[in-house]
Amino acid sequence: MNIVDRRLNPKAKSLGNRQRFLRRAKNEVREAVRDALKKRKVSDVAGGERVSIRAKSLREPTFRHNPSTGSRDFVLPGNHDYSAGDAIPKPQGGGGGSGNKGSPDGAGEDDFVFSLSKDEFLDLFFEDLKLPNMIKAKLKDMKSPKPVRAGYSSDGPPSKLNRVRTMRNSLARRIALRRPSSLSIKLMEDELAAEEAKTPNNLAKIAELRQRLDRLVRLRKTVAYIDPLDMQYNRFDRVPKPTTQAVMFCLMDVSASMTEQLKDLAKQFFMLLHVFLTRHYREVNVVFVRHTTEAAEVDEETFFRGTETGGTVISTAFDKMLEIVKERYPVSDWNIYTAQASDGHNFDDDMDKAMALLQEGILPLTQYFAYIEVAPENQRGGMSDSLVWTGYEELVDGNENFAMRRVSSPSDIYPVFRELFSGSAEAA
Amino acid sequence: MTTAKPAKRKGKVAPLYEGAEWSYDLLKKSFAAIEEIAIGEMGLDVYPNQIEVITAEQMLDAYASIGMPQMYRHWSFGKHFAREDAMYKRGHRALAYEIVINSDPCISYIMEENSMTMQVLVLAHAAFGHNHFFKNNYLFKQWTDAGAILDYLSFAKSFVSECEEHYGLEAVEAVMDSAHALMQQGISRHPGKRRVRSLAQERERLQQRREYEESTFSDLWRTVPKGAGPEPEAKKTGGGGTPQEGAALGLPEENLLYFLEKNAPKLADWQRELLRIVRMLAQYFYPQRQTKLMNEGCATFVHYEILNRMHELGQLTEGSMLEFLHSHSSVVTQPRFDQPHFNGLNPYALGYAMMRDIKRIAEEPTTEDREWFPDFAGNGDALGTLKTAWAEFRDDSFVLQYLSPKVMRDFRLFEISDTAGSPAALVRSIHDEQGYRRVRRTLSSHYDVSAHDPDLQVTDADLSGARRLVVSHTVRNGVLLDKEQCDRTLQHLAQLWGYRVKLVEIDADTGKTLKEHEALPVP
Repeated sequence: MNIVDRRLNPKAKSLGNRQRFLRRAKNEVREAVRDALKKRKVSDVAGGERVSIRAKSLREPTFRHNPSTGSRDFVLPGNHDYSAGDAIPKPQGGGGGSGNKGSPDGAGEDDFVFSLSKDEFLDLFFEDLKLPNMIKAKLKDMKSPKPVRAGYSSDGPPSKLNRVRTMRNSLARRIALRRPSSLSIKLMEDELAAEEAKTPNNLAKIAELRQRLDRLVRLRKTVAYIDPLDMQYNRFDRVPKPTTQAVMFCLMDVSASMTEQLKDLAKQFFMLLHVFLTRHYREVNVVFVRHTTEAAEVDEETFFRGTETGGTVISTAFDKMLEIVKERYPVSDWNIYTAQASDGHNFDDDMDKAMALLQEGILPLTQYFAYIEVAPENQRGGMSDSLVWTGYEELVDGNENFAMRRVSSPSDIYPVFRELFSGSAEAA
Repeated sequence: MTTAKPAKRKGKVAPLYEGAEWSYDLLKKSFAAIEEIAIGEMGLDVYPNQIEVITAEQMLDAYASIGMPQMYRHWSFGKHFAREDAMYKRGHRALAYEIVINSDPCISYIMEENSMTMQVLVLAHAAFGHNHFFKNNYLFKQWTDAGAILDYLSFAKSFVSECEEHYGLEAVEAVMDSAHALMQQGISRHPGKRRVRSLAQERERLQQRREYEESTFSDLWRTVPKGAGPEPEAKKTGGGGTPQEGAALGLPEENLLYFLEKNAPKLADWQRELLRIVRMLAQYFYPQRQTKLMNEGCATFVHYEILNRMHELGQLTEGSMLEFLHSHSSVVTQPRFDQPHFNGLNPYALGYAMMRDIKRIAEEPTTEDREWFPDFAGNGDALGTLKTAWAEFRDDSFVLQYLSPKVMRDFRLFEISDTAGSPAALVRSIHDEQGYRRVRRTLSSHYDVSAHDPDLQVTDADLSGARRLVVSHTVRNGVLLDKEQCDRTLQHLAQLWGYRVKLVEIDADTGKTLKEHEALPVP
């Protein structure tokens, strides 16, 4: 007999089979993945996914009997009280009596559920997309070591000396070893001087006092004020700190003209952007800024579901965003992406201010600014370009990191997204 | 436990192990103890054993490649893996404790998660039970070559990947898809011993094929105009080949893959070779399909006997014994037909029950047994009787020969006759004096694989005219083919044949054509 331990053999022996399988079902899987995205939150898009596909291309037909034709005899176990000649009514439908004869593969073949790993899931999306401003991103991708506090040590350069800790140790040691304070020695000296000054000299007392004083002075000399033992230094570890972090600003107009449906469209766009960013950055923060005539930072739920009334002043959102960037996301540490969704409405007299903010404040800060204009399909026909659209169009030339597109149905999102990024990658 | 305790209890030994943890030392020790009983006492005859320890993930991998240690790459294996993986991870399905491969040496995969008792059970079950069956059953001897299968698989794997490199994934996949669709029609059910060849022999054969091509290659042929084909006897009637042609092609031929490999007009040599690989595999697995009941029955019987004997000898603790009995009894459970988890007859349950029953009849027969089984009732040689049965029968003949009234009563078997469209199914016979023989005959035919697979044969092939291929389905009891499946499979057949293919369903009794299907290859 021979025992072989195969546990350490290379894993994923069937990886080749899996790749062939995914290649085969690619279109269906892609479709399923897109469906799955709709159900997720913007920030948890990038996990693995269990997808269910109905794949024609995965069928494996064989010649097999049709259970609802002809007649057959078979044997079953577990007879209770049937005797020969009894008739057993069949459940509705043809060959129901012979349920076990049905093809076991038949039902499972159409609906096929399996799990995609996170990487497979994302790869399906971003096969040929490229990050805009790749060079900058690449530079930022390099890890720079940064000192991080890591407690204390008893050894180190003087510049890292922690005085408070050192003195605390010193004090404790001095108390423990009863090191006489300068005050107590002063008192003793005064007492000795006073005794010596007395005319009938009490020699015995003077001698005793002097002895005590000597002892104190000796003790003070032996027990140092600060001993090497007391020394405490701040310790720093050099930790490679990823600067690969990005913040994504989602700006959305939530005035009454934005319907639930339009918001959903916008949401899907934001999700895709998030997935895309998590592909490239270790950490991605998402900031939701919604605005009507004034802007506020809100959580995701409120962002997509909250209802507001009022007009639209886009510049308020830009102001808010700049404020947040200043407060929390220094440009040196963060890659900033902005996605704005709107139905194209804005107050007439706000356009100039908004454009100025965008051009001078926001675009220089951001890696990429994507504007999508959502509108239901049926409203598109014959309508002239919206105010925002017309305004933004001027920015397209001369700003490589600015892009704008129109979206009118969920199926538009993905193509638009690809177009946005692959287009700009060529330009960059 | 009903094992009679023999008097020869020659001093109990210390248990081989305690606790659930297994180790290599314990495995070796236990294997030796099992071997002692299996070979020494029971006289089983086995291939040398190779035990391979694998992880759960590797077990899933093995599932994906139909349990074989090597397999060519194909997306359908990836599909099965994905499905098994999803089921396993959701907890819908537990993994098998072992997989055993009919090869020489006989490879058994055991899972690292198994407890020591499970490992002992698995060793007894697979390394001795199945192993003995593989080595001795006539079907395996006749149809498979245990010594060559691993080599052949490695040949197949490298050949397929070479083809993928050479002709592209899609081209190979197209042929393999079609071949897989026809896999169950890639079996020669009647002998004429076609052996699986070894790797070296395969290579040599390929080499010869190539050399022949090279030696007969003449660039001049390229210049000959193709339209004026050199087919002087070509009949333009389009009515199919003459009987002589049919005879030359060996028609009717039940092995569609074999027929295509030899005769399909348009296939390239590498494509023929791919068909051959799929056909060889189908043939290799055919005996396993035909002996599922006996194979599992034999292995379950063997492990039960061995573990009880070990317990008797004091090699197993009471705790291990209870653990064993627990899993043993869940393996041999037979749900009744009206219970929710009923999924047909459990081959472990029925197989094991029949083996136990044969032992009982040989050792303590009743009058009924003497009447039904005069040959061996009371002959006292249970193991000898069983070994004969294991060697010389397959499921259908085994049931017909050995299913006793007692087992039929125990399982409360009854026979149902069902005609499509009728509102009720009829109970034809039950487990009583009048019904035993009928029940047994029907059950036997249930295990006859060849009666269960659709009976398809190539009946006509026109090699010179329209090149139409005709396949006939012999319809028994009015059971037709599933239309949708049939059309799609026929399409695959047409792809391989390269021309129009027709499938006729002919009633076996009346000879009337019931249905026709046709498919044209899509370029």
